[in-house]
Amino acid sequence: MAVTGETAGGAVAVRPRARAEQRQPQSRAARIGRAVARGPLNILLLVVAVLWLVPTFGLLFTSLLPASEITTSGWWKVVAHPSLATFDNYSALFDDSDITSALWTTVQIAVGNTVLLVIVASLAGYAFAWLDFPGRDWLFVVVIGLLVVPLQVALIPIFSLYNDTGLFDTVLGLVLFHVAFGLPFGIFLMRNFFAGIPRDILESARIDGASEARIFVRLILPLGLPAIASLAIFQFLWTWNDLIVALTFGRDTQPLTVAIFSQTRQFGSNIDLIAPASFLSLAIPLCVFLAFQRYFVQGMLAGSVK
Amino acid sequence: MEAATVTARRRGRGRGRAALVPLLFLAPALIFLVVWVIYPTIWTIVRSFFDRDGGTFVWFDNYKDIFTTDTLLTAIKNNVLWVAVVPALVTAIGLIFAVLTERIRWSTAFKTAVFMPMAISLFAAGVIWRIMDEKDPSRGTINATLKVFDDAFGGGGVVTAAQGSTPQLTGSIERGFVLRTPVRAGQTAELGLTAIPPEEVPRDAPQAARPTPEPGAITGTVWRDFKPGGGRPGVVERGEQGLGGATVELRDSGGGVVATTTTAGDGAFAFRDVGAGPFRVAIGSETFTTPFEGVSWLGEKLITPAVMIAYIWVWAGFAMVIIAAGLSAISREVLEAARTDGATEWQVFRRVTVPMLAPVLSVVFITMIINVLKVFDIILSVAPQSSQDDANVIALAMWRTSFGGVNDFGLGSAIAVFLFVLVIPVLALNIRRFKREEA
Repeated sequence: MAVTGETAGGAVAVRPRARAEQRQPQSRAARIGRAVARGPLNILLLVVAVLWLVPTFGLLFTSLLPASEITTSGWWKVVAHPSLATFDNYSALFDDSDITSALWTTVQIAVGNTVLLVIVASLAGYAFAWLDFPGRDWLFVVVIGLLVVPLQVALIPIFSLYNDTGLFDTVLGLVLFHVAFGLPFGIFLMRNFFAGIPRDILESARIDGASEARIFVRLILPLGLPAIASLAIFQFLWTWNDLIVALTFGRDTQPLTVAIFSQTRQFGSNIDLIAPASFLSLAIPLCVFLAFQRYFVQGMLAGSVK
Repeated sequence: MEAATVTARRRGRGRGRAALVPLLFLAPALIFLVVWVIYPTIWTIVRSFFDRDGGTFVWFDNYKDIFTTDTLLTAIKNNVLWVAVVPALVTAIGLIFAVLTERIRWSTAFKTAVFMPMAISLFAAGVIWRIMDEKDPSRGTINATLKVFDDAFGGGGVVTAAQGSTPQLTGSIERGFVLRTPVRAGQTAELGLTAIPPEEVPRDAPQAARPTPEPGAITGTVWRDFKPGGGRPGVVERGEQGLGGATVELRDSGGGVVATTTTAGDGAFAFRDVGAGPFRVAIGSETFTTPFEGVSWLGEKLITPAVMIAYIWVWAGFAMVIIAAGLSAISREVLEAARTDGATEWQVFRRVTVPMLAPVLSVVFITMIINVLKVFDIILSVAPQSSQDDANVIALAMWRTSFGGVNDFGLGSAIAVFLFVLVIPVLALNIRRFKREEA
């Protein structure tokens, strides 16, 4: 029994899971042996997974601590005494007009620039993939070069430009900046995806006399939906989570990250606001991420150099 | 692709408006890229040669300042540290996780748990870790965990504070307390302590034992030399409690420890069959626990490692997912063949898996270098104001110089250009890779 268990366990350890199962019908002893062999690995990875989750849950539990505890106790106090948990910090948060308006600003920035970017990047991506014009390849190389340009190089000139044009401290100014710096990745992603669309489909549409605009709207966009979803999720998370751009080009136009940042100078005493506001600011992207994880991963794999 | 291009070219010419249609599709993107990326980049390069107000052309003075200003040098040093440590660690952790998750049934759940921080802003991740890193063990998660270990293995002491009850017993809780009077076999040692925090002596601790001389032995008592109403120091009296579990050392005249023992519940101890002596008797420092104060993660010394940990927590999932995708593309047959040939798991990993994954690993590694060069938000949120100078990096220094109160656009532009120059090798690498793939 013990010997069978060991051999079976050894066999599993060196063979990918699915195949080993299909190849030979497993005896009960083999199954037990395999479970035993996997035991330490499962425990190890379980510990790692828990370690990875603790910080985020720590923030959640901290945000649930009552005002009397939050500056003196750790988050585990709420776990040990669940009756302590309270949503008071959250109701205070939603009564705080700075935070609610910051939330609204964040939504405007993130949604606005994502929609705009998807449109602009799709148009350009289609041109790079399927339209011919002089200098096309050369121009695309420029786009690839722009992929890694740090946005720090644009901060000072755009700051001056925005001050001169009245775009400083406006949602529009932030949206436009985000679109511009999302574009190299967006064009890259879209162009590569569109280039994979079978040529026959496009050719037959052209032979039927469809205009390029019609082909783009009726054919390319529907077929490109997976890539559009990837790009949209990426850009939404990217801009929802932005700090540096909003910190530079906004004063009263504050998204959540900036509003929270302005409280962090007195981190300890403002923790009753910082903790729930931070959790609020990460809960929405987290939901988007969990709902569309597949597209997020696809986008990441398609352009992992950004 | 080639054929498609040719066809498109032919069609486009046929229509006679070849240039117009592509231009309409491209125009919005070109406007954005030119106005918000390309023109500002050029402007920044030009601006970096002018002084703070932009009125005077100063040649390379701003660039000289980068390498002569203390805070900026710290930023560069820190960035070097970041580039040296973080990309390699993230790639290694991602590789390990990717390989290990292939062998568990719940790999999707595991990947989601590790990957999840990617959705969180680096700023919020910083807030999370600032809470984790609090110094006070009653609030900071990491120090609370360390305290649990410290309590379990570290001290094992009986009390956290004490003093000798008579001038004869001198020392400190760090070094232990030594009885200044030499002791010989057959004599007793009274080791009375006071100033013990009351809650550390159990209420029902037994009456301290009155030391009785034994021939050939040194006997004695460690006790709390205090009772309500006072009492006489140095004498075991009724109502005074023994201190069990204390470590007692017998030292020779040179100060070397000859023997150690532990007191019984009533504080009594005995060293039997001791030699001629004379000896000194001491309460060992093991008796006392210095309370764990917490590691100062957010202080100036550890702040950079603390931010790095937070950053690795965020990015490990990215590396894991990319590498796992690469791993699933490796042919199973190759791995199977190696195993059939008798290779151990480690050999398969080292000689087959890693070499086949090399392109993916390099993509992850290079991506992480770029990310690390741009690290910004997470430092602002993890590092308290007081240690931000010590945690400084180039991207943060650029922002602080330009917008954080100093408002020196000349120097700020120079730092931005410096950062840009650092990513140029990767930029060139990307273009080369693209051209190779398209060729």
